[in-house]
Amino acid sequence: MTYHRPEFRHPELPTNDLGYTRKEYEGAISTLCAGCGHDSISAAIIQACFELSLEPHKVAKISGIGCSSKTPTYFLQNSHGFNSVHGRMPSVATGANLANRELTYIGVSGDGDSASIGMGQFAHVVRRNLNMLYLVENNGCYGLTKGQDSATSDIGSMGKKGTPNPFEPIDLCTLALELGATFVARSFSGDKEQLVPLIKAAISHSGFALIDVVSPCVTFNNTATSTKSYEFVREHIEATGKTDFIPVRQEIMADYKPGFSQEVTLHDGSVIHLYKNDENLDLHDRLSAIQAIHKCKEKGEILTGLLYLDPDCQDLHEIIGSVEKPLRDLNESALCPGSKSLEAINESLR
Amino acid sequence: MQQIKSVNDFVIRFANTNGTGSASANNLFAKTVFRMGIPVSPKNVFPSNIQGLPTWYEVRVNDKGYVGRRGGVDIMVAVNPQSMAQDIKDVEPGGYFVYDKTKPLDKRFYRDDVTFFGIPLTDISRREYADPRQRQLFKNVIYIGALSAMVDIEFDVLKNLVHDQFKGKEKLIAPNIHALELGYQYAQEHFDCPIGIRIERRDMVDKHILMEGNEALALGAIYGGASVAAWYPITPSTSVVEQFEKYAKRLRIDPGSGKCNYAIVQAEDELSAIGMVVGASWNGARAFTATSGPGVSLMNEFLGLAYFAEVPTVLFDVQRTGPSTGMPTRSQQSDLLLAAYASHGDTKHVLLFPATPKECFEMGAASFDLADRLQTPVIVMNDLDLGMNEHFSEPLEWDDSTCYDRGKVLSKAELEAMPDRYGRYLDVDDDGICYRTYPGTHPTKGAFFTRGSSRDRYAKYTESSEEYVDNMERLLVKWETAKNYVPEPEIVPAERSTCDGIIYFGTTTASAEEALDILRDQGVHLDALRVRGFPFNADVEAFIAKHDRIYVVEQNRDGQLRTLLVNECEINPSKLKPLLCYDGLPITARWIVNAITSGEKGDNVVPLTKNKKVTV
Repeated sequence: MTYHRPEFRHPELPTNDLGYTRKEYEGAISTLCAGCGHDSISAAIIQACFELSLEPHKVAKISGIGCSSKTPTYFLQNSHGFNSVHGRMPSVATGANLANRELTYIGVSGDGDSASIGMGQFAHVVRRNLNMLYLVENNGCYGLTKGQDSATSDIGSMGKKGTPNPFEPIDLCTLALELGATFVARSFSGDKEQLVPLIKAAISHSGFALIDVVSPCVTFNNTATSTKSYEFVREHIEATGKTDFIPVRQEIMADYKPGFSQEVTLHDGSVIHLYKNDENLDLHDRLSAIQAIHKCKEKGEILTGLLYLDPDCQDLHEIIGSVEKPLRDLNESALCPGSKSLEAINESLR
Repeated sequence: MQQIKSVNDFVIRFANTNGTGSASANNLFAKTVFRMGIPVSPKNVFPSNIQGLPTWYEVRVNDKGYVGRRGGVDIMVAVNPQSMAQDIKDVEPGGYFVYDKTKPLDKRFYRDDVTFFGIPLTDISRREYADPRQRQLFKNVIYIGALSAMVDIEFDVLKNLVHDQFKGKEKLIAPNIHALELGYQYAQEHFDCPIGIRIERRDMVDKHILMEGNEALALGAIYGGASVAAWYPITPSTSVVEQFEKYAKRLRIDPGSGKCNYAIVQAEDELSAIGMVVGASWNGARAFTATSGPGVSLMNEFLGLAYFAEVPTVLFDVQRTGPSTGMPTRSQQSDLLLAAYASHGDTKHVLLFPATPKECFEMGAASFDLADRLQTPVIVMNDLDLGMNEHFSEPLEWDDSTCYDRGKVLSKAELEAMPDRYGRYLDVDDDGICYRTYPGTHPTKGAFFTRGSSRDRYAKYTESSEEYVDNMERLLVKWETAKNYVPEPEIVPAERSTCDGIIYFGTTTASAEEALDILRDQGVHLDALRVRGFPFNADVEAFIAKHDRIYVVEQNRDGQLRTLLVNECEINPSKLKPLLCYDGLPITARWIVNAITSGEKGDNVVPLTKNKKVTV
């Protein structure tokens, strides 16, 4: 286990548009098990935020409880973070976003946190189209309580406990699609090449962006009989295609087969380019996404990549018509109607 | 028969069926009395039902200014056959009984100590109105018209009120006034008007208002600067957020963009509602939620997190009976222990106890300052009686020089100028309250990770026992500081020096004040203390120390305020005599008087509840 990170950094580390190196996006040293998929996801978040040139302090990291929910400590140390209560990250993120719509909100959750105890909050934050990245670190089991099956565990999948899971799994992606999510993707913690552009695209999307990341638990669910093990996922992964995220005003330089490519421009002007493996998948069609997921599932495969995107959606603030300025910055003059109005109210009560 | 004779001092109760529009008609009666310059107090006793079950509306008229419930009924207007057998029993000897004589009254209901007035309400409305819904609605208005003749209400005042109430729906004015006239004429022609009870114009209202506590709380939130409201519908708290929205739409629209200087989210449950409040407050907005006991139960975990993470959190608890389907539309003061110690682990929370709409407004606004100053949950303990009934109240006041106290929050410049390392949980002022930063303040300074109690003074994760204990002890220092910020009790000394005292709070206040006057006239003198906040400050403890025997009057079964006093103060518990009224109806002055006088006789207040007649 690493418990000390050397201060030394290569003097010629590359910098981003803000002049920051990757170091400015790192966090405390992880206390998760060596080889945990979650650490790769933290690294992907660091990479994505660095490449997007986000100001770290303009990001808020919010989580629930569980191994996954510990990870916000391990990235973006100059961001405020909130490790809240089990299954309730969505409500805390909703409140935080209502208070200040100008920050970037990264919510990290797990399969227990989102698909069991927090199922209600997950469903409703999707419906409200809260502008946030909602990243599920999905390992099919409860790590911190030592390996119980979670609600995303496949039927028959067996972890270290040695009992096959007898219950139907919950697929957070198809569920989110059903509930009206405006950005849905699935990925694998071991596929950084796919995950980093997806995180960048999700952060740039102005609405609710779900990335369900299969992230093996090396200690309790990395057995030969588990469908959430490194080996199984690597062997059964199927991708919707290769995703490119092109920031604002950058020229697109890529070759693609006609009919097998789809381009989506986001609100901020950045472009997502998907080099599709399946010409039947249409990023703007929920049904095609749900079908594609089910088709792969029937074959025993896990479909990853960008699945659905609606760039022209209205986020919660737009739906409820709140002012552009962060609500938390409003002062007495905007908030307090004053004594004259009160006197009129008194009069109406006589 | 000795008929009750009185001017401007009586209790009238209307017995109706839920969903027939009776409450608005009955409110006409109350408001007209108010506009004739006489203090009035209407109380709606309603079922958990939309249509069909019995409902009662009681109006206390009193020109001495007593606006709590008195107990007993002088005039009963009984238009619901379902409850009539009980309604007739509830009339005071010498009282009056008004009923619909379209069908003859069951002979078993007759009492020879009550005067009966039959009005053919159904017949009249059938004759005058074709539409069945109108027949039902105007039946209520007809008896209000009849009453105006019977108790000598100035008919013009009634007419003007109808004009005011139907502003914007002018079509309804003429038929309503017609219905009033029908009743008025019938009473003039058939009864000897006025009857023994009547109303005479007074000049006692002055600047007072008639207002529901929930509406006042909502305005408190508007004036206190709340910009985020998250909630889940639950009786009797729903109208807090509905009123907040009503006023926000009028008073909180940005003139430039036409957009809202507020956000209201109806959450999926109370857990989510409080989570949103915690998230918004953590991020620097003033946020609140409103709920009732069942909601507070669900919010427990978050309240504990907010206590340990030290996030300002404002919660309005409009108390009722419970749980589940247990009399959810009846009033109680039974969430004190739930709220004071909400959540697992060692937690305690600041509580405020308003007694009038004016205080709901003031405490509603102040709760945001308090929460920001103390960085902890603040719970305003309203109840159904105060929240959903109109109360005779002093007008709301606001000082335009008020600046919000956002507490200890570091700005970018302050962080920049800070020579030492920033510690979120570092008690630099020795008052237990540390400095917060909002997310997004400074690129490299002031960011911290918020979590439960596994952290050191610099918000760094640790499971060290020393750090845990250190933090818990600092939270106690903060608790002591809170005693200087919560509102002081209101102490009313007796006219004569006495060793006996009485403690009450919230909606018991008006009835207790009347009871104290009655007791004084009987030669029983009590010093009174009204609790307005928790933690209790030194004045409360001193009051208890000064007296040998103190009655603690509460509207719950278990003496929850008494438990808090015993638990939190260094006092002798045997001094505190519980007087507990918990039938779900607002406590009456007569109940308090009886409880104390029967206690006086036997020096034992335990049998009180057994002897108490349960009436609505």
